[in-house]
Amino acid sequence: MENCVRLNVPDRNLSSARMKVMRAAWAAKYFSKFDRQSILNIAEAVADAGFEKADYFAEWAVQETSYGVVEHKTLKNQLCTHDLLAYYRDLDLITPRVDTRRKVIELPSPAGVVFALAPATNPIATIYFKVMLAILSRNAIVISPHPVAKTCSVAAAQHLADAAEVAGAPAGIIQCVEEPSVSLVEDIMGSDKINVILATGGSQMVRAAYSSGNPAIGVGPGNGVAFIDPSADVDAAAKCLVESKSFDNSVLCTSESICLTLEKNRGNMERALRSAGSHICNAEDSDRLRDFLWGDNGFNLAAIGKSADWIAHEAGIRVHAATKVLVPVIEHPGQDDALFREKLCPVLTLTAAVDFGQALTFAAHVARRGAGHSAAFHGNNNDRLIAFSGSVPVHRVVVNAPCSQGAAGFATHLPPSFMIGTGYAGRSSVSENIGPQHLTHWKKVAFARDAVADLDEINFDVMYDTLLKTPPASISASRDSLPQFTEDTLRTLIREELRNLRGVQS
Amino acid sequence: MFDYGYFSFESKDDLLNKAARFWNPGKVKFWTDTGTPMVIDRREGYRLYDMSGKSLIDLHLNGGTYNFGHRHPELVEVLKSGLDYFDMGNHWFPSVARAAFAEKLVNTAPHMKYAIFGAGGAEAVEIAIKTARYATKRKKIVSIIKGYHGHSGLSVATGDVRFSEIFLADRPDEFVQVPFNDLEALAQVLQKGDVAAFIIETIPATYGFPMPEAGYLKACQDMCHKYGAKIISDEVQTGLMRTGIMWGWQGYGMQPDIFVCGKGLGGGIYPISACLVTEECGQWQLEDGAAHISTAGGSELGCLVGHHVLEMLQRPEVISNIEFVAQFFAQSMAEMMVRHGDIFCGIRQRGVVIGLEFDHPEGAVAVSRALYENGIWAIFSSLDKRVLQFKPGVVKDVELCQEIMDRFDAAMPRARQFLSRMRKVQ
Ligand SMILES: Cc1ncc(COP(=O)(O)O)c(C=O)c1O
Repeated sequence: MENCVRLNVPDRNLSSARMKVMRAAWAAKYFSKFDRQSILNIAEAVADAGFEKADYFAEWAVQETSYGVVEHKTLKNQLCTHDLLAYYRDLDLITPRVDTRRKVIELPSPAGVVFALAPATNPIATIYFKVMLAILSRNAIVISPHPVAKTCSVAAAQHLADAAEVAGAPAGIIQCVEEPSVSLVEDIMGSDKINVILATGGSQMVRAAYSSGNPAIGVGPGNGVAFIDPSADVDAAAKCLVESKSFDNSVLCTSESICLTLEKNRGNMERALRSAGSHICNAEDSDRLRDFLWGDNGFNLAAIGKSADWIAHEAGIRVHAATKVLVPVIEHPGQDDALFREKLCPVLTLTAAVDFGQALTFAAHVARRGAGHSAAFHGNNNDRLIAFSGSVPVHRVVVNAPCSQGAAGFATHLPPSFMIGTGYAGRSSVSENIGPQHLTHWKKVAFARDAVADLDEINFDVMYDTLLKTPPASISASRDSLPQFTEDTLRTLIREELRNLRGVQS
Repeated sequence: MFDYGYFSFESKDDLLNKAARFWNPGKVKFWTDTGTPMVIDRREGYRLYDMSGKSLIDLHLNGGTYNFGHRHPELVEVLKSGLDYFDMGNHWFPSVARAAFAEKLVNTAPHMKYAIFGAGGAEAVEIAIKTARYATKRKKIVSIIKGYHGHSGLSVATGDVRFSEIFLADRPDEFVQVPFNDLEALAQVLQKGDVAAFIIETIPATYGFPMPEAGYLKACQDMCHKYGAKIISDEVQTGLMRTGIMWGWQGYGMQPDIFVCGKGLGGGIYPISACLVTEECGQWQLEDGAAHISTAGGSELGCLVGHHVLEMLQRPEVISNIEFVAQFFAQSMAEMMVRHGDIFCGIRQRGVVIGLEFDHPEGAVAVSRALYENGIWAIFSSLDKRVLQFKPGVVKDVELCQEIMDRFDAAMPRARQFLSRMRKVQ
């Protein structure tokens, strides 16, 4: 009794999170009127700041979560700065669009307040990424990090927020919840003060986002299957697979889960994978691995984002110290083996179909577990590539490239993204790689079909009420809060206005 | 039928009749005549609902009492939790809630030594005046013309004669008034060397928030000290972050000897007020701790709520919100003045303390009525009816603020109509 709290204290974290959302709404009001150059300047400043501390936060994230590899996380963080900005620099989400032929004017309308979830496996890259998206689309963002990554996440968000504010963004444009919890996230997700949720994380979180009653963009889990066609250069393919699967210890949902080939090609594939740095498991090793990775409660969370070496050791498998990927082999693809499920660790299940037909059926079958997500094809036969792509229920097929980087747009020309839309197949509202364009809608102003409409010189400045455009500078306590107008200038303004009015009337 | 379980009324008219019959006929008549016959029924956030069902956004806040809005859920939670453990408490004894709250208050103003509690603003002013008299052994109290400090015996004597003479409570020999922003006048009174204290609202609310001239308040303080008098800041309407900082005097480079706060201190759900004093002024508490006592003063439930009110006001998110709200109204009102400059002729603002001047001696009464019709409740300044008190709360959000401005804009033509009628009558 002595040590228990005698009164019930309101949840301070929840009320502080609600206030953050409120503050974000204020910031968004002003930010949504910023011009393109100011936005690019702020994006630039945020990118610079993010790049500069990419390694610092990568190290912190690995230390705090124990997931992944510092160098790879550094790279991912960096990709979300200048590379991301370079990709979207010319995507103008700010200037109104005029289609003189169709007589339609489009005015951008940013979402407002974005509520963003960031997962434990990619805490910093996700924050960098979503923050850049919010800036480029002129939205305010409130981030709720995964509780196991909260300290580094809060620091990273603050770092970007500082940079944005110094570059002229309104205070409160980037905020991060300090003490996230499931109940807090549910409360905020259901709040009518947020405009869209960007949900990355476990399926339950994503489903909760969609059930919140608010617009949401959530992405589903992956279970990437890589098909190695007989036409493939197996060594190149194996190199891709190992590189992809070992990248950040495979915490990216785009990374391959299964390597599927044809029986006649299996030996070849095993050899190639081995020389690319994998350990090919014998039947016993595969059993040990399965037992270690799956317990009564599903996937063993301790294995997420750990190195091949560590997992082998824990599972009781002897491997070469330089082993990058563990490859359990399931000879016949029809079996309902746990090893065919998603594994966020460097374990790649190898299996082989008797013919291409069976390969297609099996690929489609396992891809359904990561429906809407990603798959890979290695080879030069376009007919089979198209047949494969047509049958797997995913929204991107990466060809002759590492899937984890390729699907995320870093080894292909897909948009660079850490939010991989899984479309209706994967119970998501978007099937593309998510970008800033998903956070801006366009208001359409449409003229009658056969009316004459002069759309050549439209003055869009009238949208920007000059009096409301400037973001509020912090009010210093010692200053009366009428920074731009002294009463005298106001009186002059009014007098002028009245004179103008009279002028019009006479 | 309005059935509240404990009592019921046939209609709003029934209530108005009974209120006039048993409670206060003058007040009932006044509001009916003014065209704003409000009987606040339900209330939530910054919205009030008249018994007729009419919804109003509250920009009166009863002088900042509803700084956080009505029945702020978090404060209600605090009070409910307090009720499971405390009651008003016994004012004779030390108590955990009182000690903790006093400490928290004193920490907001480190040059102060003690926090002495009351239940209402006037009571805190009473304590302040008594304290100054104790500390100086002088009797005379100076205040400003059109200042307002409450209606209890000593406090009412500082104020407008309208409220004191009627009760024969004016004491011209002990209570002297000088014009606001007039240092010379103050000097003349202080020079005689018999003044115990000069009491002043940091920004005089009931006078319509005229702004102190640069350096005025600090100069008043210095002058008081020069002549051995104490300076008392009345922070009942300017405290609690309403000027953008916890206490209004902090923004004017002052360090008053005594200051009082009330209204919003109890979150609008439990009455509490406080008078903070320096060590020197607070010596009477050593001589006779029970020289001033009050059964309802510093009730433990009030202390608990007040403690949480301060904590909430100190949060960075709340401080930032206040800046946004203040800035929004500064910009929006400037814009309104451009649009409606024929009737709307001045803005007085510091933080969320805002007074709007209209071009007619009773202009704000007309505007208040026009706003009322448009779903906004804002009250004129009793002692300067040209000025409308426009008092947003600290946790208003962007949507509500925008709605307020939309309604304000819509109300201006109606206000113009009222005003031109009033001008014709003259
Ligand atoms: C500045 C000021 N001081 C004192 C008071 C008196 O407070 P109360 O009505 O709680 O006694 C008021 C009330 O309006 C006030 O505005």
